[in-house]
Amino acid sequence: MLADKDRIFTNLYGFQPWNLKSAQMRGDWDKTKDLMKRGQDAIIEEIKASGLRGRGGAGFPTGLKWSFMPKEPRADRPSFLVINADESEPGSCKDREIIRHDPHKLIEGALIAGFAMRARAAYIYIRGEFIREAETLFAAVQEAYDAGLLGKNAAKSGYDFDVFVHRGAGAYICGEETAMIESLEGKKGQPRLKPPFPAGAGLYGCPTTVNNVESIAVVPTILRRGASWFSSFGRENNKGTKLFQISGHVNTPCVVEEEMGITFRELIDKHCGGIRGGWDNLLAVIPGGSSVPLVPAAEIMDCPMDFDGLKAVGSGLGTAAAIVMDKSTDVVQAISRISYFYKHESCGQCTPCREGTGWMWRVMERLRTGDADISEIDTLYDVTKQVEGHTICALGDAAAWPIQGLIKHFRPEIERRIRENGGALEAAE
Amino acid sequence: MPKVTVDGVELDVPQGATVLQACELAGKEIPRFCYHERLSIAGNCRMCLVEVSPGPPKPQASCALPTAEGQVIKTDSPMVKKAREGVMEFLLINHPLDCPICDQGGECDLQDQSVAYGRGATRYDENKRAVTEKYMGPIVKTVMTRCIQCTRCVRFAEEVAGVEDIGAIYRGENMQITSYLERAVASELSGNVVDLCPVGALTSKPYAFEARPWELAKTLGIDMMDAVGTNVRIDARGRQVLRVLPRVNDDVNEEWASDKTRHHVDGLTRRRLDRPYVRKDGQLVEASWAEAFDAIKVAKAGKSVAAIAGDLVDCETMFAAKALVNALGSDLLEGRQTGLDYDVSSLSAVNFNTGIAAAENADVILLVGTNLRWEAPLINTRIRKAVWKKGAKVFAIGPEKDQTYKVSWLGDDASLVGKLPAAALDALKGAERPLIILGGGGLAVPGVHGAAIALAKSVNAVKDGWNGFSVVHMAASRMGGLMLGYAQPGGIKDVVAAKPKLAFFLGADEVDFTGFAKTLKVYVGHHGDKGAHAADVILPAAAWTEKDFTTVNTEGRVQRSEKAVFAPGDAREDWSIFRALADALGVNVGFDSFDQCRAAMIAAVPALGQEGLADYGWSAPKLPAKPEARAIPSPIKDFYLTNAICRASPTMQRCSEELVHGVDFAEAAE
Repeated sequence: MLADKDRIFTNLYGFQPWNLKSAQMRGDWDKTKDLMKRGQDAIIEEIKASGLRGRGGAGFPTGLKWSFMPKEPRADRPSFLVINADESEPGSCKDREIIRHDPHKLIEGALIAGFAMRARAAYIYIRGEFIREAETLFAAVQEAYDAGLLGKNAAKSGYDFDVFVHRGAGAYICGEETAMIESLEGKKGQPRLKPPFPAGAGLYGCPTTVNNVESIAVVPTILRRGASWFSSFGRENNKGTKLFQISGHVNTPCVVEEEMGITFRELIDKHCGGIRGGWDNLLAVIPGGSSVPLVPAAEIMDCPMDFDGLKAVGSGLGTAAAIVMDKSTDVVQAISRISYFYKHESCGQCTPCREGTGWMWRVMERLRTGDADISEIDTLYDVTKQVEGHTICALGDAAAWPIQGLIKHFRPEIERRIRENGGALEAAE
Repeated sequence: MPKVTVDGVELDVPQGATVLQACELAGKEIPRFCYHERLSIAGNCRMCLVEVSPGPPKPQASCALPTAEGQVIKTDSPMVKKAREGVMEFLLINHPLDCPICDQGGECDLQDQSVAYGRGATRYDENKRAVTEKYMGPIVKTVMTRCIQCTRCVRFAEEVAGVEDIGAIYRGENMQITSYLERAVASELSGNVVDLCPVGALTSKPYAFEARPWELAKTLGIDMMDAVGTNVRIDARGRQVLRVLPRVNDDVNEEWASDKTRHHVDGLTRRRLDRPYVRKDGQLVEASWAEAFDAIKVAKAGKSVAAIAGDLVDCETMFAAKALVNALGSDLLEGRQTGLDYDVSSLSAVNFNTGIAAAENADVILLVGTNLRWEAPLINTRIRKAVWKKGAKVFAIGPEKDQTYKVSWLGDDASLVGKLPAAALDALKGAERPLIILGGGGLAVPGVHGAAIALAKSVNAVKDGWNGFSVVHMAASRMGGLMLGYAQPGGIKDVVAAKPKLAFFLGADEVDFTGFAKTLKVYVGHHGDKGAHAADVILPAAAWTEKDFTTVNTEGRVQRSEKAVFAPGDAREDWSIFRALADALGVNVGFDSFDQCRAAMIAAVPALGQEGLADYGWSAPKLPAKPEARAIPSPIKDFYLTNAICRASPTMQRCSEELVHGVDFAEAAE
């Protein structure tokens, strides 16, 4: 279990105020100038050495991502940092806690990360539904400006840096990095084709890096305590600490910072008071937010909660938002509801996702009630394969994977419903 | 030049080519819906998926993927076949099965590609989506349930037409293409979205349920609605032209056509002059050809003859009339019917020298007295391209009109041409390829023509490999007429002053007829419009779709058009009218057939025998270059009603009412 002294987010639960004064007492904005004095390349190297992987779901090494940014931005083509606070993945609720209780970690991280990648400004794109959080963030950014920590000569480092907070309008797809850039530009939030990647042509056609809130918020602490401290947690290739968000059928659902690679059992027993009704009552877990395939109880119990550990059981860490389902769950309905979510949130730009998400949801709804033919399970699986990997962005994959996971692990349950429903019909004919 | 392998065939492709282009170079057909050569890449239909290695282990959208050295592309692998079947199935699940009542039937990309690349049957058992119709104006009919969201129309409107009137709203399967406010698409190019639409979602409103494509006889023609010379295909059934579609010609119209070009055709069957008329006791009464000829003969005009050409006439017609007038002993010919009298001593000084296609390479552009968007919509798209894609700067003198791109308006005072504000002058001087476009409004003010030529000289607009002095005309007959000598030094005033006893008006409707009160006015034309109303004798002739002809566009491009249908009733092809008149008047015009007429014309003006750009050389005459300080007029009052055919067309009348005069039809239709 992670010791309290090793926690990065020391005000995760809001026991102290979020404001600048309290944040500074917790160590934020402490000699930020000195951190920046180390130089841009040194900061990027330090982050690379820490093994920090993006906390938004895909897990791309953060330091490496920054190093793609131009070393000498042109005056007419400045670089930008975009911070993804459009946390909309069902089950995920970590960025929200950071923003409402520890916003200065994020803002300081924005300055340091922006400085390291030679960005002119950072845009924090915050989810439209986060109203109180946005208010806090606006206020915190204003505090930072008032204290001279942002703007011209930010934190007396000699570097000019601005942070803008932009509120989204409530579209899940705007959490996709290029759709977020489109949305920031005032257009309809639809993912762009890649290449070109944002590091080449992003916001307003300028070099841009899009990072998750958590990835940015941990940066100042990593620099203060050293890459070796951060990489002392977790397993090879899966370093550091991570905010886990556990929801569903556990006794005390929570958001908690833990070491990467902690086993699921330990995570639940230590922080969540165990599974509702005991471990024998566990049915399945969606370990990384709604878009990753579910993992049945037997496989997840002692699985290490990190990128590689969950990949090994056919799922993924995603945002580390574990949705725990006990045996009272109608698992088909649960996945059907997730399908509905993706149908609702598909941007409609490219064909397989636009047409496929609706189709998949409608079949899922019939599978839920058993109003289907057994052969339709295979058809559905085939349709998910036709969507997966054929779309512009990853939403198609995200819509396909939960259903694939369901069919892989719970096919007997689906067939049982069809037989119970349709068997009677067939007999009557 | 990257070397790639397509289905086992190695080939070099140009730098920057996409995988789709590489496949096409290799002779492989790649199905597509959203991709279009002349629009930006959307990559959203996913129909063009191919297998590419090295790359991720999934099919890639070939339209958006750049080629790279050593790429191995497969277009016929099982993965590609399955991907195409999958996308096709997705496209069809919500597409209605209403092909039998769909106007796109027979020329539908979705039909064709589902046969070629689709699965035999659907596995979709749920209800299909229905979408409410949208109102897009008098040209575009919508059946939005058929839409496959390829966004070609959206991209066309934004990129080429320059109006942001079409867009997509809502998300996911509820995404809809709409004109937002149920208002007509305010563009003179809106009809092109009908061609672009790969399915039957956007179809032609005036052509709705008229015909099937396989019933139509297709004839290659050249449009006469403006001086651009749009290459078109005339689709006719029996004796009626049902529609006009653009043909690809990268030098002229790319593959676009203006709404006027497309939709004036219903005017071709209305208000037609299908028999001769003679004025008796102040009334026009029906007559036979012999009676009409007699009426001309009794005037005993002798040498006192003139011919005035209108905007829609072709070179052969003008030549035949000229031959007759010459045979009668006169040389009074004029084509600038509205009274323009600019100097034509050098045709290069009144030609669009830059070339329509090359105009998009200009970097600083000055518009002088032209509302280009209305005078030549397809030249305007080139200028828009120069601005939008290559960052050209545009200045303009003349009445301010939205050109769909950013223009710095300097004012409408003609004298500005002689003393350009410093910003514009410096920009032109500093430009590598400056372009000065002089339009009809500019030519109408004395001195502007000379001042513009002087300006072109002073900013070095004419140099090796670049001629940046261009005149844009509005009449399809203009350059051909000037080549045939249809110009008097003083314009039509000279003709009036000569007081001819007999004058032929070749489809000339915009003439001020008051000067011809004592003249026997013979109208040779096809529509009962202003010219016919003023005439003493009417000889019914053929419209542009009803004859073979040669025409010259504003850049001096000689083009030929073919006859699609026969003229109605007693109307005759123009050349034969003048041939017959020659007999009636007892003179010889020197030809007995159309071929002889054309040959004689080519003998007289050899340039008309050579399709392609006529070479006028470059010599700028010294002209008075002190424009008066007065406002430049705008020559076109109503884009949709510029000539007799348009004015007879219900579609054009409707467009005019709605798009020029702002009558709201959307609500009335409900």
